[in-house]
Amino acid sequence: MKKRRQLSRGVAIVGAGMSKFGMFKDKDSKDLFAEAFNGMMASVDKGMDPNEIEALYLGNFSSDFFMHQSHWGPIISDLIGLTPKPATRTEGACASSALAFREGVFAIASGFYDMVLVGGVEEMSKRTTEEVAEGLALATVPYEGRVGFTFPGVFGAVATAYFAKYGANREHLMNVTIKSHNNAPLNPKAQFPLTIRDMMDAKMASAQKRGLPVPEWSDEKDFLKDPKANPAVAWPMHLFDCCPISDGASCMLLVGEEIAKNFTDDPIYVAGIGQGSGRGFHASPDLTYFEATRYAADEAYGMSGLTPDDVQFSEVHDCFSIAELLHIEDLGFFKQGEGYKAVADGATRLDGPKPINTSGGLKCKGHPVGATGISQLYEVWTQLKGKAGQRQVPIKDLRIGGAHNLGGTGGTCTFTILERR
Amino acid sequence: MEERPFSDISYEKFLNEEKLMGTRCKGCGTQYVPPRSICVDCYGSDMEWIEMNGRGRLAAFTCINIPPPFMIAQGYNRKNPYCTGVVELEEGARVDARIEGVDCGKPEDINVGMPLKVKYLHRDEGEKRETYLAFEP
Repeated sequence: MKKRRQLSRGVAIVGAGMSKFGMFKDKDSKDLFAEAFNGMMASVDKGMDPNEIEALYLGNFSSDFFMHQSHWGPIISDLIGLTPKPATRTEGACASSALAFREGVFAIASGFYDMVLVGGVEEMSKRTTEEVAEGLALATVPYEGRVGFTFPGVFGAVATAYFAKYGANREHLMNVTIKSHNNAPLNPKAQFPLTIRDMMDAKMASAQKRGLPVPEWSDEKDFLKDPKANPAVAWPMHLFDCCPISDGASCMLLVGEEIAKNFTDDPIYVAGIGQGSGRGFHASPDLTYFEATRYAADEAYGMSGLTPDDVQFSEVHDCFSIAELLHIEDLGFFKQGEGYKAVADGATRLDGPKPINTSGGLKCKGHPVGATGISQLYEVWTQLKGKAGQRQVPIKDLRIGGAHNLGGTGGTCTFTILERR
Repeated sequence: MEERPFSDISYEKFLNEEKLMGTRCKGCGTQYVPPRSICVDCYGSDMEWIEMNGRGRLAAFTCINIPPPFMIAQGYNRKNPYCTGVVELEEGARVDARIEGVDCGKPEDINVGMPLKVKYLHRDEGEKRETYLAFEP
């Protein structure tokens, strides 16, 4: 019988913050984390004393490579005045800060600490695109890199397998992209707060202004099919199927459940938490799902006693458009092979029955890899607190949301369910 | 057959000699390509080398327009993309491999499921000689 894992003490989130995501010439990792930390402090309804933070868990994928600076735990600990208290860095590629969150949850649940800060940071935009691609490729498995796979390449291959098995096509991927871009302008932290239509209009206006032939596109899909506007990166992945290169930071304040109300009348609780590991894509049992996501989901559902239907909305790791389709199936929101139909029917829109990536997702919010996991949880927390402004999920009595984070080519996957009681 | 360690280094050496090799667990018969030294089915470690027949089918692929630095050095770029993918061998295992002899200008015409046979791509000579596993129609 499957073991049902439980926390021995409840854990609550009483504050959260994130920097704006983007490409920042004049800000470094410390500046970004300071922005997230200040946001977190301001978010604690009844206030908090930073001197009470007992430890830091920090997700960071590869500042070693991107910034030639490793060992970020103590650097950030010093930045926010936590030294000499312990600081621990976690690494799980693009899921690095979901692992920091998990370690923080376990540290509180064990009773060892009452209050910890968990966060993530990554600074990527000061490298060239080729260098970033090389850095990210460090998280593929060796056989993939050897034959020339890049990250977009692996997900391109996933897409061809999915297309062949279920009859989906590029237009179905475009539905994901268009949906994410519709949500992004409603998120003030997003790197690309523009709809596809906004971008079409801007390109037409720019051509007109410069006296060049004005491109004509009948609709968003017509634009996305235009190889000049949306060139191939790793077929069938095109530019608008891929998340951007980003800088950013995120953090959250975790406390023991029984003291949560000292900080807010409205704490958000950890209902379920799961993590899995995966083999290389080639060795997966099936090329159209991620084994590690399914394992993480089982663990989180098992712990919480909740089902996929109970999760009212979710952030999922849309590093590439095709990935979002796999995740919404792996998490059980839609049947396998039917995710693309649900997206086409509008089920995942902000006003749909199962809103997905209300933040704009990695595609539009940005993907500073080490900061992403906790930024997803930040979005879920913000929605559950009813503080998402224009992008607030319009479901009555919003109570339960999920966040799915994926690292590498499915090597590290997490799923976390948060709950407002 | 061969007295070589059941490792990725041996796998690469065999490719260099134009042999696609995997391992088989003598205890339970499970086959692994690329090789494993520990059987993750029965946790036996008594393995033997087996040679694949080099035939398979395309399981997934991509045509890469933005290559990593080592592929740029081989002359690939936006205007000269290359195909790489996953091949399901007749023996059952799947391997990552370059896909040759297909037109990356028309990726819509490359079909998952198409039959392929092994090809070995060699670069440099002597000590520096490297081999990339590839398949072609």
